[in-house]
Amino acid sequence: MSVVEVLFGLLGVVALGSALLVVTTRHLVHAALWLVVTLGSIAGCYLLLSAEFVAWVQVLIYVGAVVVLLLFGLMLTRAPIGASNELDSSRGQRLAAAITAAGTAAVLVTSLVDAFHGEHIDLSDDRVAGSSRTVGQAVFRGWVLPFEVLSLLLLAALVGAIVLSRRDISAGPELTRSQETGR
Amino acid sequence: MTLVFVTVLAPFVAAVAGLFLGGRWPRTQVPIAVAGAVVSLGGAVVLAVRVAVDAPLQDVAQVTTVHTGAFDIDVALRLDGLAGIVSVAVAVVALAVQVYSSDYLKGDPRYSSYAAFVSLFTAAMMLVVFADDLFVLLVGWEVMGVCSYFLIGHHWEQADAQRSAVKAFVVTRLGDVGFLFGIFTLSVAAGTSRITTILGTSGDGLSQHTATVATLLLLCGVVGKSAQFPLHTWLPDAMAGPTPISALIHAATMVAAGIYLVARLYPVFLAAPTTLAVMAVIACITMLGAALAALAQDDIKRVLAYSTVSQLAYMLAALAVGSATAATYHLLTHAAFKALLFLAAGSVIHVVGTNLMPDMGGLRKAMPVTFATMTVGLAALAGLPPFSGFFSKEAVLGAAEESARHDGPVASWAAWLVLVVGLVTVAVTAAYVTRLWLMTFFGTARTAVAVHESPPAMRWPLIALAIPAVGLGVVGNRSLLPTWLGLPAPTLHVGLVTSGLSVLLAAAGFAAVVVAWRLVPASDPMRLASLRPVLEHAFYVDDLYDRLFVRPVRAATRAVRWTDDEVVVATVAGSGLGATRLAVLLRRTQQGNVQTYLTGLLAGVVILAVGVVTLT
Amino acid sequence: MPLLMPVLLASLLFSIGIYGVLARRNAILVLMSVELMLNGVNLNFVAFDVYLRDKLLSGQVFTLFLITVAAAEIGLGLAIVLLVFRNRESSQLDELRDLREEDDPPARDQVADDEQAVAS
Repeated sequence: MSVVEVLFGLLGVVALGSALLVVTTRHLVHAALWLVVTLGSIAGCYLLLSAEFVAWVQVLIYVGAVVVLLLFGLMLTRAPIGASNELDSSRGQRLAAAITAAGTAAVLVTSLVDAFHGEHIDLSDDRVAGSSRTVGQAVFRGWVLPFEVLSLLLLAALVGAIVLSRRDISAGPELTRSQETGR
Repeated sequence: MTLVFVTVLAPFVAAVAGLFLGGRWPRTQVPIAVAGAVVSLGGAVVLAVRVAVDAPLQDVAQVTTVHTGAFDIDVALRLDGLAGIVSVAVAVVALAVQVYSSDYLKGDPRYSSYAAFVSLFTAAMMLVVFADDLFVLLVGWEVMGVCSYFLIGHHWEQADAQRSAVKAFVVTRLGDVGFLFGIFTLSVAAGTSRITTILGTSGDGLSQHTATVATLLLLCGVVGKSAQFPLHTWLPDAMAGPTPISALIHAATMVAAGIYLVARLYPVFLAAPTTLAVMAVIACITMLGAALAALAQDDIKRVLAYSTVSQLAYMLAALAVGSATAATYHLLTHAAFKALLFLAAGSVIHVVGTNLMPDMGGLRKAMPVTFATMTVGLAALAGLPPFSGFFSKEAVLGAAEESARHDGPVASWAAWLVLVVGLVTVAVTAAYVTRLWLMTFFGTARTAVAVHESPPAMRWPLIALAIPAVGLGVVGNRSLLPTWLGLPAPTLHVGLVTSGLSVLLAAAGFAAVVVAWRLVPASDPMRLASLRPVLEHAFYVDDLYDRLFVRPVRAATRAVRWTDDEVVVATVAGSGLGATRLAVLLRRTQQGNVQTYLTGLLAGVVILAVGVVTLT
Repeated sequence: MPLLMPVLLASLLFSIGIYGVLARRNAILVLMSVELMLNGVNLNFVAFDVYLRDKLLSGQVFTLFLITVAAAEIGLGLAIVLLVFRNRESSQLDELRDLREEDDPPARDQVADDEQAVAS
């Protein structure tokens, strides 16, 4: 058991534990914070796997932007502060969800163990596989077209988000009517 | 032989023409129908003269041959003594009925179809008379049955006319099943259905066993068509049809077709003594039973109907004891006087407005022609000399006596039975004849209607038919008719003892009724107390058939209908209902909660993945 | 390190994410659970990329792309949740029942209603 493996195991436990807390806690805001912990430990795992760039991008985007957005969403939708019993679905639904999740886990674990039992990742190479230099070279040489398409996707998402949430852009007579009567 | 075709086809052409033209131009309905009958009569008379002059005559003409798998059916016609003589009787009655109907059914909205059916019926009977092939005969036989159905049910608005028509059709059809198998048996045994050939081979070709089976089966059809026990129940109910139809169908033609068939195939019947014995028994039961039933009927037409059944039994009895000539003689005289009686009864009914004798009375002064002609007919029916009925009945009884005393084709006990029962029936016949005569024409008038003589078109046929009713006795002279007919065992015997006995018995019957009537003039001479209901319902045979056959069939119909409603329809409706209920059940999964849907989706994917992984 | 470690971790994260998607009532919590699932996928990509020593670094590049897409998705997703909240005053997924089938199907009446609507 090398140092890397031990660290990875610890980080994995932390990630799983906080993920469980995300999906089971009764405090809504706490769930967002536990999500931060999970994302952070995943970033740590990336580091241990020598994927540096991905790790920092994870921290930057996920922890920095996504979680902030989630918190904004919680604020704007008047999320209940403190413990709330309304966060989970009905008992039957939870049971069905647990069974499905357990089933998925079982299938994935058994098939993966069966397939990749005894395989090792070789981390002994001097060259860092995931440094910024190598990733940058890969992206801007091999993957430049998908990169550009992705920027268009971001543009579309941006426009869409603005259109959906602005109140002064009217979408048509029926919708404005229902907006007026729905209030 | 062309004349034979003309005689058969003329009424058929008149029927078709009447159907098509009579609707458009109502004035032509009567002339077309009468013309068809006249042409047929002319042809028949010429043929009869030819047959009488050239006796014994046998002439055949073939039209075409139908090849079936087993044997060939020849569409052929045959002219001989029997055919020629009987065709005259048929044509005369048909013409009389057409003329009579022109006044009886005056103003009837369906007259054109009526006249067409009567003409078609005449054509069918002529086909039966002249047929030389059993299947051609069968065609005529069945067409007569169909026409009879339509004609009895002419006034189909009345429920009893509908029922009687169906009853007549079904009962005769029942007999026709046996008839058809008899034809099959005979044709297969003889190798052909040609009557001429069958008559030729019956001496040595057919075994007695085959002949017995075939004739017994043919007898079923005869019993049905000629209304003998046990298939006699349709005839009294068929009186619901118009009276001229009763005259045509139930006097001269359809009911006589059965007797005609036996006479036509007589050599085959002579080879089967068992059948003859069965015929004798059936004839005796029918003879006496029908005569007794006629004693208690109030409807004048039903009296005549039962009398027809009884007289047909006389003919069947004559055939049973070995004298087809006597049977045919009685057939001819019966055709004349029974048609006369029915038409006269129709005349009375037309004037008085009711069929029931208790509502008639004292009509002889107001309707002299009808009275005179009806008296002639009744006297012939009762068998009083010198009317024709006496001579033909004597021929029948004489044949029975001859067969009983000496060896005839049938067992002697059967011949004795026929003789005794025949004599007893003479007395009963005279009784019901007298009853009818007295209740209709004598005594105080019980009807309120103003009575007058019937119109000329109804009178002249009566007079025309009265002539043969009187005069046919001459023809029966021992050598004339038998020579003309040319049937086996031609001689007509007359026994003096038998004749004397029958006249005495007739006189006794007459006297008894007159005495009973004199005692209480205004009422029914045959009050008969407790016996009356039994006789009036003809020994409850109809009720027995109703219980045995009609009610179970009706119950089965109701059961089938219930099954259709409750089972079949319910199944169909139930499948729709089941689908709806299943839909309600399935709808419970669509609660609107997206997470539920997603759960189901993902669970399904997991299961599929497991399946794929484990099974492949 | 054994390949199974990151790979199993990824599977478990994914399964926990599935539980969260199906069992949480608040829309935002569902979005969080979706993020968990995406992270599991990302970890899987990176692990295999390092294991296979891909020359193109396709696993890590894909991970980057996925992170980007996740960010776009969360932006739009939150916009939709906000709209729904504005219209229905609630962000509980249970209460969005428009897809529900009523017990009494208005099948016959619907035709009549359509005809009336067309005529009027």
